Parts: sequence; C-alpha cells; structure tokens
Amino acid sequence: MSAPLNYLTSHGARADMILPLTRGVLIISIIVILIVCGLLAAAIFRRRPVEAPGADPRGLLFRPRGGLTFVYVGVGISTLVLVATTIRTMKTLADVVSPPREAKLTIEVTGHQWWWEARYFSEKPAEIFTTANEIHIPAGEPVRFKLIGGDVIHSFWVPALAGKTDTIPGQTNITWLQAERPGVYRGQCTEYCGKQHANMAFFVVADEPARFEEWRQKQIAPAAPSADVAQGLSAFQTRCGACHTVRGTPAGGKVGPDLTHVMSRGTIAAGTLPNTPGHLTGWIANPQGVKPGNHMPQIDMSGADLNAIRTFLQTLG
Amino acid sequence: MSDVALHRSDEIRAPALPVGSIGNQASGYFGVWWVIITEASLFIYLIFGYAYCAMQFPGKWPPSGPPELTLALPDTLILILSSVAVALGEHAIKQGKRARLTLGLVVGFVLGIVFVAIQLKEWASRGTTLASNLYYSFYFTTTGFHMAHVVVGILILGALTIWSALGKFDSVRNSPVSIGALYWHFVDAVWIVLFTTYYIVPRLK
Amino acid sequence: MARHTQLTQTPAIVTANAELAERLHKVWETEPGIKGFLGTVDHKEIGIRYIVTSFIFLLIGGVEALILRVQLAQPDLHVLSPEQYNQLFTMHGVSMIFLYAMPVLTGFSNYLWPLLLGARDTALPRVNALSYWLYLFSGLFIYASFFMGHAPNDGWFNYVPYANRQYNPGPNIDFYSLGMIFLGISTTVSSANFVVTAMRTRAAGMSINRIPILVWGTLTSSVANLIVIPAVSLAFFLLYLDRNYGTKFFQPQSGGQPLLWQHLFWIFAHPWVYAIVLPAMGMVSDGLPIFCRRPLVGYTLVALSTMATMAIGFGVWTHHMFATGMSDLALSFFSGVSIIIAVPSAVAVFAWIATIWTGRPVFTAAFHFFAGMIALFVIGGVSGFMTGSVPVDWQLTDTYFVVAHLHYVLIGINVFPVVGAIYMWFPKVTGKFLDERLGKLNFWLMFVGFNLAFFPMHISGLLGMPRRIYTYPHDVGWSAWNLITSIGAFLFAIGVLLLFHNIAVSLRRGKHAGANPWDGGTLEWAIPSPPPPYNFVVLPTVASRHPLWEDRLDDAPGRSRLDTGLALDKGRQMLGTSVVDAEPAVILQMPFDSYAPFTLAVGTTIIFVGMLYRSWPGMAAGAIITGIALLLWLWPGRLREGSPEAANEPPFAEPDHV
Ligand code: HEA
Ligand code: HEA
Ligand code: HEC
Ligand code: CUA
Ligand SMILES: [Cu+2]
Repeated sequence: MSAPLNYLTSHGARADMILPLTRGVLIISIIVILIVCGLLAAAIFRRRPVEAPGADPRGLLFRPRGGLTFVYVGVGISTLVLVATTIRTMKTLADVVSPPREAKLTIEVTGHQWWWEARYFSEKPAEIFTTANEIHIPAGEPVRFKLIGGDVIHSFWVPALAGKTDTIPGQTNITWLQAERPGVYRGQCTEYCGKQHANMAFFVVADEPARFEEWRQKQIAPAAPSADVAQGLSAFQTRCGACHTVRGTPAGGKVGPDLTHVMSRGTIAAGTLPNTPGHLTGWIANPQGVKPGNHMPQIDMSGADLNAIRTFLQTLG
Repeated sequence: MSDVALHRSDEIRAPALPVGSIGNQASGYFGVWWVIITEASLFIYLIFGYAYCAMQFPGKWPPSGPPELTLALPDTLILILSSVAVALGEHAIKQGKRARLTLGLVVGFVLGIVFVAIQLKEWASRGTTLASNLYYSFYFTTTGFHMAHVVVGILILGALTIWSALGKFDSVRNSPVSIGALYWHFVDAVWIVLFTTYYIVPRLK
Repeated sequence: MARHTQLTQTPAIVTANAELAERLHKVWETEPGIKGFLGTVDHKEIGIRYIVTSFIFLLIGGVEALILRVQLAQPDLHVLSPEQYNQLFTMHGVSMIFLYAMPVLTGFSNYLWPLLLGARDTALPRVNALSYWLYLFSGLFIYASFFMGHAPNDGWFNYVPYANRQYNPGPNIDFYSLGMIFLGISTTVSSANFVVTAMRTRAAGMSINRIPILVWGTLTSSVANLIVIPAVSLAFFLLYLDRNYGTKFFQPQSGGQPLLWQHLFWIFAHPWVYAIVLPAMGMVSDGLPIFCRRPLVGYTLVALSTMATMAIGFGVWTHHMFATGMSDLALSFFSGVSIIIAVPSAVAVFAWIATIWTGRPVFTAAFHFFAGMIALFVIGGVSGFMTGSVPVDWQLTDTYFVVAHLHYVLIGINVFPVVGAIYMWFPKVTGKFLDERLGKLNFWLMFVGFNLAFFPMHISGLLGMPRRIYTYPHDVGWSAWNLITSIGAFLFAIGVLLLFHNIAVSLRRGKHAGANPWDGGTLEWAIPSPPPPYNFVVLPTVASRHPLWEDRLDDAPGRSRLDTGLALDKGRQMLGTSVVDAEPAVILQMPFDSYAPFTLAVGTTIIFVGMLYRSWPGMAAGAIITGIALLLWLWPGRLREGSPEAANEPPFAEPDHV
C-alpha cells in the first residue's frame, strides 16, 4: 500500500541529507534493543551453577562478583555510541541549514485554520500572486519558504522533501526545500490547531522548470469571466466575495483561500476532497458536513444560485 | 560511599534530645526553606518571561520609558527597614527578650503596611491597568504577585505579634518566629530583585 | 500560661513488648467515624487513598483511550465528532499524566517511605493530608468540565494561541488552567513533605548511603517538582489572566509571545516526565534484588544516576520545540544534551541486568513486571534517543512515533513497575497474597497487549501519521497498523481488568502472608502485615542497606537493632535525625488528626471556583476560610508533658508547627 507521508524514502536534497541520519539512529536503536533484550533474556534464563545438595534454592546469594564490570562496559560502549551520534547530528544540522545553492524563488506560506495560503514573491510587484493548498515549485531547484502564522500555530511538513517547521503567529520562520524530480508530494499540518487539524493537508507539486514557468504565468493572470457566467459571478460576489478573492473581479475577501485559479488545483478544502464538479458542488452546499467546524459557513441558497456559482467557479482554470 | 568508612553503628545511641519544635530543629523550619525555593523559582520564571518578551519586543521597551523612582525608592527602603526590625526582634527572643520581639514584630508589621499603601498609590498614579499593554501586563502581574506575598507576610507578622504578646515564645521555643522572619526576609529580597529588574535595569541603557 | 518544664528528654531504650505496642496503638490509631475520615494524618491511610484515587483516574483515562481507539480503528469513521475527539484525547493525556502517573507514585511513597525509613509517619503529616485533599478536589474540578461538556480541548500541553479566548471561547481552557494551578499546589506541598521527611525522619544510622533507591527516586522527583512546578503554574495563571482580564502575555498582535508559553510549559514538563518515572525506577531497583536474591549491583551508581537524570533533565526542555525555528546554536546544544541524557539511564539498565545475571531470579509475578519493564524502557528510551537528534526529530515530531515513545516510557516505566509493586507490596498492605498464577497471566496479557498496541505506532509514525487527528483517509497506508493498535489496546485493557479481578478475589480469599513473604531485606518487611498504626514498636537502628539480610550477607560494619530501641511513647513521638549521617537529633512531637487540612482544601476549592466564575465574593469567601484554617493550624501549641492523655487534645492544638 502506498504511504505518501512516509519519510524513510526521500525525494529532495534536504530530506536526503537527513535520511542517512534517520536510518542510522533507527538501526542503532534496533541493535541496542536486540542486544539489551538479548542480555536481559540471557540474564534471566542462563544456566546457573548447580546448587549444593540441600541448599535453599531461594536462599540469599553471598555477594556475587562481576556485576559492576558489566555496568562499566555497558555504559562505556553506550557512551561512545551516544557521543558519535551527537557529533553526526551536529554535522547534519550544519549541512541542512542552508540550501546547496542560493534559492531564487521565495514563497511565503501562511497557516490558517485549516488551510494554507501561499504567496509567490517576485521583484516585479505585478508578478506577486497568491494561491492556496497546492504549492508548485520548479524541480531541481532550491526554494526558500517564509513561514507565517495566520491565527494559531501550525506546522509545515512535506515528509518526502523536508522535516517540519512551525508557522507561528508573531514570528517568521525560514526553511527551504528542493525536489529532485517532478512529482506531487503530500504535505500535512502537524501541529495541533483545532477541530480540523486532521484535514489540513496540502500538496507540493514539483514541475519541470519550463512547466513551472507556464503555471506561474497562468497564476499571475487575473480571472477573465465571460458574460455567460455573469449570473454566477454576481451571486458569487454577494455570497462569497466577502471571504474569497477572485482577481479580476470585485470579490476581494481575505478570510478564505484565493479562488482565482481554483480549477487548476487537484483538491479542495486542504486536500479533503478531489476537485471534481460533484465534490465542488457538495462543498459549497455543505462545507460543514464535509469538514465540521471549518470557517466556511453553511450558506443557504437556491439550487439555481448554487449551479450558477459552480459554473462560474468552473471557468476559473 | 562505602559502608566501612562509617563508624560501627550497632550501638543504640540515645542521648538527651530536645523535644518538639525547637528553633531550627522544627520540621516547619525545613519546610519553609523549600517553600522559599519554590517561590523563588516562581519569581525567576516571571523575570524570565519579562526578559524574553522585552528582548523580542518590536518597539521601545518599556514603551513608556523607565518607571519613576519617586515612590519606589523610598518604598524599597521601608521594606528593608521592616526586615531589619523583624531580624532584631528575632535576635532578641533568642536571648529571651520577649518585649523586644513584640516591638520588632510590630514595627515590621507597620512598615509592611506602609509599603503596601505606597505601592497602591504608585499603582494608582500609573493611570494604566494590566490590560493596557504587554509591558503593563508584566508590571502589574509581577508587582501584584509580590504584593500578594507582602500581604501574606503581613498577616504572618500580625499573627506572630499576637502570639508574642500572649507570651507564646521564649528563648528556646520560637521556631514560628524564625519561620515567619525567614519568609519576611525572602519577600524583602524578592522585592530588591524586582526593583532592580523593573526600575534600575531599564535606566542602564 | 504554662511554662515548659521539659525541653529535653532522655529517651528510654526498651525491647519491643505487647504492652508498649498496645499503648502506641491507642496513641497512633486514627479516630473512628467522620473525624477520622476527614481528619486522618496517617501516611498509610493517605497513601492508600492516593493509590485508589489515581487508579480510578487511570480507569477513566483508559476508557477514554479505548474510545479514541475505536474512532481510529478504521479510516473515515464517525464515532466521535472532531470536538469530542479533541476533548477526549486531551482529557486522556491530562488524566494519565497528571491525575494518575504522579499521584500513584505519591501514594506508594506515602505508604512506603516511613516503613522503609523506620519512622512512624512522614515529617509533616497534616501537609500530607492536605496534599491528598487538594489532589482529589482539583481532579474533581478538572473533571467537572468534562461532565459539563466543556472539557479542555487543546492537548495536555495546551499551546497558545489556540488556547486564547479568541480561538477557544468556551470555559474549557479556564477549567484546565485553574485545575492545573490547583493540582500544582497539591504536588508542591506533597513534595515539600517528602523532602523534609527524607532529610529528617530516617532511622538512626540510615546514613545517605543506606537509603533505599525508591526514596532517592521520590526525593529527586520532589526536589525537581519544587523547582519546576512554579513554571507551569505561572504559565497557566498568565493564560488565565489573558483569557479573563485582558492581559497580553500570549497575544501576538500586542507583542506577546506564543513561544513563551512553550518554554514555560516544557521547562516544567520535561523534568515532570522524569519525575513520574524515577520513583517507579526506584521500585524496580528495590524490587529486583528481592527476587534475584542479592543486593542491587552498583547501588551508588544507580542512586547517582537517578539524580543525574534529573539534573541533566533540567536542560533539555526545548527538545519538544525543535520545529519552532530556534537558532542553530540552541538546537545543537539541546540536541546534544538530549542524546547524552541516555547515559544515566544506561547505568540503571545495565545495573538491573547485572543484578539479574549475577543473581538467582525467582519467577514471581512481580519479577515478571520488573523484568518486562526493562525491555520496554529500552524500546521507549531509544525512540527518545532518536527524537533527541534534531534533524531526525524534524521528521518524527508530532507523529505517532512520538506517541509510541511516550507510551513506551510512560506505561513501560510507570504502569509496569507500579503493577509489579502492587504484586510485591500487596501482602504487606493487606496481609494477603495476590494470586500468583493470575498474576503471571496478568503480566502476559498486559505485555503482549501493550506491544501489540503500541509497537505498530512506531510504524504508523514512520509512515507519516500525525498525532491528534480525529480521522485519517484510507489512501495513506495507515489503516492496517491502526487496526492492530486498536486490538492491542483492548487486549491491554483486559490485562488491566484482570489486575482488578485479582485484587478483588485476593482481598477476600488471598493466601495469608506473614511479615516477610518474599524474604526482603529492608525495614518494611520487619513489621507485621498489615502494619500497625505506629509502624514500629521501637524505633530501629540501622547498620546497613539491608537490615534483614545482614546476618546472611555479613556485609555490615555492625548489626542493625530492630527489636530494641527507643520507645518514644509520650504522645505521638518520633525520632528526628541529622541530614547526612542520620544521627539522632531531636524528638519530634507529631500532630493528631485534624480537620484543618480538609477545611483548608475546601477553602482553596472555593477560591478556584470563584476564579472560574470571576466572582470576587467567591474568591474572598474561599480566602477567608483558607486563612482561618491556616491560622488555627499554625497556632502554637504548648509542649505536652507527653502523657498519653495528650492524645485527647482537641483538634488544631498541635505541638509542632506546620
Ligand atoms: C515517562 C517519561 C519519559 C522518559 C523517561 C523519556 C525519556 C526520553 N525522552 Fe521523552 N517524552 C516523554 C516522556 C519521557 N521521555 C513524553 C510524555 C513525551 C511527549 C510529550 C508530548 O509531546 O506529548 C516525550 C517526548 C520526547 C521528545 C520530543 C519529541 C517530539 O515531540 O518531537 C524527545 C526529543 O528529544 C524525547 C527524548 C527523550 C530522551 C532522549 C529520553 C531519554 O531519557 C531516554 C534514555 C534511555 C535510553 C536510551 C534507554 C536505555 C539506555 C541504554 C540501554 C543505553 C544504550 C542506548 C543507546 C546507545 C541509544 N522525548
Ligand atoms: C501514563 C500515561 C498514559 C497511559 C497509561 C496511556 C494509555 C493509553 N493510551 Fe495514551 N496518551 C498519554 C498518556 C498515557 N496513555 C499522553 C500523555 C498522551 C498525549 C495526549 C496529548 O496529545 O495531549 C496520550 C495520547 C494517546 C493517543 C494519541 C491521541 C492522538 O494524538 O490523537 C492514543 C491513541 O491511540 C492513546 C492511546 C492509549 C491507549 C490505547 C492506552 C491504553 O493503555 C489504555 C488501557 C486501558 C485502561 C488502562 C483502562 C482499563 C480497562 C478497562 C476499564 C476496561 C474497561 C472496558 C473495556 C474493555 C471495554 N494515547
Ligand atoms: C465566512 C467566510 C466564507 C464565505 C462566506 C465563503 N467561504 Fe469558501 N472558504 C472559506 C474558508 C475559511 C475556506 C477554507 C476552508 C478549509 O479548507 O478549512 C473556504 C474554502 C473554499 C473553497 C475551497 C478552496 C480550496 O482551494 O481548498 C471553495 C471552492 C470555496 N470556499 C468556495 C466558496 C463559495 C463558492 C462561497 C459562496 C457560496 C464561499 N466559499 C463562501 C471561507 C468562506
Ligand atoms: Cu493546522 Cu494542525
Ligand atoms: Cu522531554
């Protein structure tokens, strides 16, 4: 069975640096367990010298020798292993601090209850854009992440690419990732953050640099809703615009994810549902049923409005 | 730690022994030392929190400049004097001088109340509350914690004064006095540390 | 105003006899009826109350865990709503780590210390009684929220800002904050009592190199508690102020620091997790020798390692915060210390194994639990060693790997030794054996169930399963492991049930146990089972670590004297000894039953309820009751001449202060 969040295999430079250490301490641990439990079993079941006839089998032993040597040897060897591990830890720590090359791309990720906001920086202000829950990066290149806490503490984790870094309100944490190969890497919030902590996943999508650039240009572009969906757009504006932004329309809310290119994303609601028309409708009609407690309210609307809004959203490719 | 190093211990030693709570032999005297250790830790954590937030604070710290010394400095002296009075009283009872003990306790008690009164005036003169900003949250909480200790200390001194006047203590049986006095000195010492942290250190920069 | 006529006494040395025993019995017996019930200061009574109460919390916490396991047995289940799940996992952690793990050890230490130390009670018996009432009331206080449907819901470490009013508007976190301060008072006073007891009331001759390891364990924990509990009490108090009085300590938008919470919490909580295992490790260190028929290997090393673990343990708290973006310097330092802290644990592990190796194990149920504990400790310890390495922890943290770690250490080094201790000391407490055959079955059920439940958690952790999730999707590869965990959890629970069954059956029909059923070497085995109210007819004089074995081991410089000693029968009297060498120093007049501790605890409860409702009159009423109780408690009594009539003194008029 596939386990997309396992971290005993890695697909990125940062995780690569850590993996040998992880495997190393895991193997040391297993060996320690085997040796110590073996000694324990031997200590319990080893054959003991035959009793003198008539001696009380439960009698006290008179000051048996040898015990302390055992302790000294055991502790001595353990100390060596521990010190070696400490040194190796320091080395790995020094290695992962900075990426192998200067990162060209910086993405600011904000953790919200219970979704992720990603802002792509650029020298050109016009090329700064925001998206959510699906973070595209160019494969083979280091990317810098500025992590910001939007409300409570969350933790940003893409096991195949790197370990966790918390997003903490009032402070900015910096980390970096690099994906060796194109692919979709699952991420997950790992700091408990309330009711929907379980459903706060996201995806890092590594693209070939050319495809990434294509994607980026598409994201920069505002939406251009055609006249066919005018009804949907106006319904969206009144019902949803207070919370959601669709660039190119008056909807400019900041409470929920930016929906300018929502159809370009594979899932909705932070990895909770696949982004199919059916699920999209289901989500808009009943977000509290899908993800109880999340901050998108149940909005009463006619079937016609719902359809119109859905149709409008479907044009946001 | 070898057994052999110790003297033979099979003979039962039963010299004449003091009975009950005598001076520093009282279990309570041992107890209050540990109370002081735990309370001192509490204030250390408070100061740690204050320093931690001060260091990371984006703006000027304290936001409204270092607090005035006009009231706080005399207040500090008063608390020190009060400690001295109690110490003299304690010293006196060890010599069996009961009246002096009572006097020392009364003076300590009164000066304690003066301290509280001045401190209350200082709080009022601030024109802020603990909800005003982060600095004042720390300021009022820390001085408030200390104030609570002063009040408890004053109550202890009050009780000791009454007991002393009732003649409960003499040159041998006076462990409550030692215990109460120790606590009062501790409250005094804490204030000196807090005073330094809040009033002096911000001026050093 | 009576003058004291007798400031010193030359105590009589007598040989234990029935007449003296009878006299002491009258003096030391807890009064019958309501007075005795509310006013008892007998450490044995208080110890049993602690143990029973903590086991009730273990059961409640266990049932909560089983419900969690039902919800997690399969992906996408809807047994619990997210909010219900969050309250349950929080209450599970809180019940186990605060209301079970420490109190159960406090109970054992309460019961056993005076017996091990050759004393008639702990040094501050009323403080001891107070600590129990505070524990009970604070536990009820926290659980009141549960029954009102507003249980704490932010995990046991209760991170801000999620715990702030803005994100958590209900009373849930107020209950938790106040409850923790409340419980902290209980633990503080009980710790102070233990420390003073260890310093003051050891038998003559029990110099510091002859103290049982259990005493070292509890002593170390108690000292640590006194130093670190203020950190967590302060944190919770500041949070309470933030939530109720508008302060800004943890409000990031006003410059408050969410990480300040984490520092204050873990400065407390890391030493705490050692505090809740060191006494249990002490039980193993004292228990194994009895069942291996030889003294512990490396007594001095083990005693020192106990203290070293705690000393180093003060300096590792940030290993719970490795992912918060600390500086590399801090990361390296705390990572290094976290790895090196395994050294003192290695000492204990190898000393135990050496004791078994060179000894001659007797396969009692208790031995099973102690030996099983060693294996679990190693498994739990090495997973801690893994998380101690920062880069590795960036992957492991907040996954089920950590959940596996914490259960291996908590259940492995707390629950298993405690159950072993029950098998070992039950005969002392009740005079009856627990059924040994059931006991071994009990062990195997718990051991197999435990590993079945918690070993797979390592794997689900390595497969990336985060902790504190109320459900998980079917396509991430965790389903099978979670099912196994849930099955194992129920098996383990059946094992625990079997323990209760065994206790219930044995209380009625247990085999009769004499004073020293296992042929143990320490002082508690020298007195009848169950022990009489005064413990020792004459106060023993000790010449070695194993007064009851020294004839056979012949390793003592002299001979302990157990049948002849100080009678100290003028009222409730006991010997106070010097701190290091335990030379006789003072005769302590011990207090009688008293309503004061109970009253004080009631007053404190009223204060906390007042704080919960932000009611100044409520707080004031509680404070007045507390103050009056204290005043009467501390009222200097007159020295009694020591006649047995002294026993009939009214409450509140005790000779010894505090
Ligand atoms: C019961 C008490 C207890 C004990 C004894 C320990 C023991 C240790 N713990 Fe654990 N710990 C907890 C209770 C405990 N822990 C709890 C409750 C949590 C979770 C809190 C939460 O988040 O809810 C936690 C979490 C925790 C973390 C944070 C994980 C995270 O959230 O990311 C870390 C990180 O370093 C850690 C480390 C250690 C270490 C290094 C030890 C060491 O002391 C272990 C040392 C022992 C051994 C290693 C075995 C014996 C030694 C040998 C046989 C020698 C040979 C060994 C080697 C060469 C390796 N623990
Ligand atoms: C001493 C401490 C201790 C103990 C004994 C246990 C015991 C158990 N714990 Fe737990 N646990 C913690 C301390 C402890 N735990 C802590 C500190 C946390 C972290 C909390 C947090 O994240 O904030 C935690 C978290 C935790 C989680 C993670 C929750 C999450 O992150 O979402 C889980 C999940 O499986 C779990 C399971 C269990 C189970 C199955 C048991 C079993 O051992 C329970 C066994 C059952 C009993 C002891 C009850 C006795 C039996 C009966 C009464 C039978 C009755 C009925 C039937 C058979 C139907 N615990
Ligand atoms: C009160 C604020 C609010 C309103 C009004 C609101 N939303 Fe949302 N919406 C949110 C929040 C918050 C989320 C993120 C929920 C989560 O994943 O936890 C969200 C998520 C979504 C998503 C998923 C986005 C993604 O990429 O995961 C869609 C689609 C969406 N909303 C559509 C709508 C539509 C259509 C409406 C109007 C009918 C609407 N929302 C009204 C707050 C709101
Ligand atoms: Cu966000 Cu957990
Ligand atoms: Cu820790």
